Amino acid sequence: MQNDAPRPGQSAQNPLRTGGNLLQLVSPEGERISHPEFDLWIKDIGDEQLGSLFEDMTVIRRIDTEATALQRQGELALWPPLLGQEAAQIGSSRSLRDDDFVFPSYRESGVAYIRGAHVSEIAQVWRGNALYAWDPQRINMATPQIIIGSQSLHATGYAMGVQLDGASTAVLAYFGDGATSEGDVSEAMVFAASFQAPVVFFCQNNHWAISEPVRVQSHVQLADRPTGFGIPSLRVDGNDVLAVMAATRWALDRARSGGGPTFIEAVTYRMGPHTTADDPTRYRDPNELEDWAAKDPILRLRRLLDAKGLLTEELEGRVKAKADAVAAELRTSCVNMPDPQPLDVFNHVYSTPNSWIERQKDHYSRYLSSFNQPVEEGAL
Amino acid sequence: MSKLTFARAINAGLRKSLENDPKVILMGEDIGSLGGVFRVTDGLQKDFGKHRVIDSPLAESGIIGTAVGLAYRGYRPVCEIQFDGFIYPAFDQIVSQVAKMHYRTQGRVKMPITIRVPFGGGIGSPEHHSESPEAYFTHTSGLRVVAVSNPQDAYTMIQQAIASDDPVLYFEPKRRYHDKGDVDESIDLSQAMPLDKAAVVNAGSDVTLVAYGPLVKTAKAAAQAAADEGISVEVIDLRSLSPVDYPVVEASVRKTGRLVITHEAGQNGGLGAEIAASITERCFNYLESAPVRITGFDVPYPYSKLEMHHLPDLDRILDGVDRTLGRHNSLSGLEG
Repeated sequence: MQNDAPRPGQSAQNPLRTGGNLLQLVSPEGERISHPEFDLWIKDIGDEQLGSLFEDMTVIRRIDTEATALQRQGELALWPPLLGQEAAQIGSSRSLRDDDFVFPSYRESGVAYIRGAHVSEIAQVWRGNALYAWDPQRINMATPQIIIGSQSLHATGYAMGVQLDGASTAVLAYFGDGATSEGDVSEAMVFAASFQAPVVFFCQNNHWAISEPVRVQSHVQLADRPTGFGIPSLRVDGNDVLAVMAATRWALDRARSGGGPTFIEAVTYRMGPHTTADDPTRYRDPNELEDWAAKDPILRLRRLLDAKGLLTEELEGRVKAKADAVAAELRTSCVNMPDPQPLDVFNHVYSTPNSWIERQKDHYSRYLSSFNQPVEEGAL
Repeated sequence: MSKLTFARAINAGLRKSLENDPKVILMGEDIGSLGGVFRVTDGLQKDFGKHRVIDSPLAESGIIGTAVGLAYRGYRPVCEIQFDGFIYPAFDQIVSQVAKMHYRTQGRVKMPITIRVPFGGGIGSPEHHSESPEAYFTHTSGLRVVAVSNPQDAYTMIQQAIASDDPVLYFEPKRRYHDKGDVDESIDLSQAMPLDKAAVVNAGSDVTLVAYGPLVKTAKAAAQAAADEGISVEVIDLRSLSPVDYPVVEASVRKTGRLVITHEAGQNGGLGAEIAASITERCFNYLESAPVRITGFDVPYPYSKLEMHHLPDLDRILDGVDRTLGRHNSLSGLEG
């Protein structure tokens, strides 16, 4: 990371008014677009790092494909696909330091993979074997959040705690375009601005909140909304992994150095359904999907790699082998996952004993044991 | 032993918790230089600083939601909801996040959050300032709910709530804030009555009367009045509303054979219904009569000129006691 890079806020381009400006460092055709300030935030990304970003994006797309298949085969109860959002997830999560803390929604499986969650931990939630996935303290990432936008407040509170500790940790909250309509996201921005908390709000505008287009959520561009709270914002091409990375690094650095919160609108597109239970053909124009397919984030990086002569057989082979291995691990761990035990339902409601739950657990345990006892004919 | 008002007793308990644990922080609206609208946090920001006694933006969901993040980071936030009727915007964060985080993470993330709520009526307030929302929270697993009835409990239980690794809703009967009582500030918390225990505050043998929060005082007065008529009423101060300490209530009902439960909250789906059902299940063969509930009506909290009709008082409670004893009462002659 380039700590000596100039702050866009100090330049002629005022980030408080991003308007229609979309930060883009790679065009959909794979051409590198230079930018006087944000280039500096990714100047350490050489050939090897580009290959590694390509690998990560390919692997999480493969996780997504495999998980979708597992759902169709009845191995997962549900899956929220991330197809199309690989650049947004990889670009942002690869910008984090280990000691940073992430508060995700339910679609950030790619982020979880990068943070170090095992694919079985990611699958566990969607298989229905546990509410939790991974150990939040181990990978510095909270568990998935289903209630829309709730985690934006948790991230802000955590960031307030970071401030109280005098630490230089940054906090990243993920949410979607639909969440910006929720009161909690607005309240999070109020708290973050008032206390100048070191939090980055990373909004993946994937254009659809289940069946509702983003225009139902907002009359202005989402990146314009935070300015009313006094929070600088950036609007970046969410399908451009380098632009996402530059913007996130800038915002995280700002947070760590006492600059306060930032809002990033990563403009991307959910190419699949909301979840495997959804049918986007009922509400979405197929032409729209076609337009966005042309802006596919992985295709774009491939084109860039190709233009630079980096798309070698060796790279492609290595990436495919890695993706296949991760997918195989996901499948094996998923189908072999042991079922939870009946009395587990009572565990961890409280951290201290609770007489009501202990009684119910005892009664249910007796009930279950009663199936193992012989019943005498005519006995009461 | 010092003589303190209810509000000062909570203040002293908060002060002690702030002194003993640097991870304890207070958050709420107007709790800083004003000291809270009831002055419960009076002087604390001055002594502990703005970083530990935080005047929050006016956003209840924000107060509780950021407390979740602070707890994630290892803090023990104590949130003040200014009035009972203002808790509803925070309802989602309380029941979906605070209550469930420990379960969701299989015990990996604790939520040692205390939520202080001045509750109940009787002070002539406008709308939204006199509600008794406790049943919404006793219905939610993962939360502990307590209601305090005297300055000594207020002092010890606030410290126990803050020390608890589980989230605790701490209901303060606002019409008793100025009542004075003896408070032993040197009490050893580990020796004090645990947070989830009920207390028999008046021994008796004819009828068990269960109350909590503001109505404990009323219940004790009713027991005194009953005693004048030769009826012996055992009064139980529940203290913990979730979980309810059933062994104490059971032991009393086995002795008296009669149960009256009183609370300011409406009857339908209230805590009285749960206690009546649970005690009937557990003590059916000991009951001499059906349990009776004396509660607020199932109406929105009324305008203050009528609140004394809505709130259970000594005479309504005694009428209920008479009902369990088969003595003449206001419903005599009614079937069912």
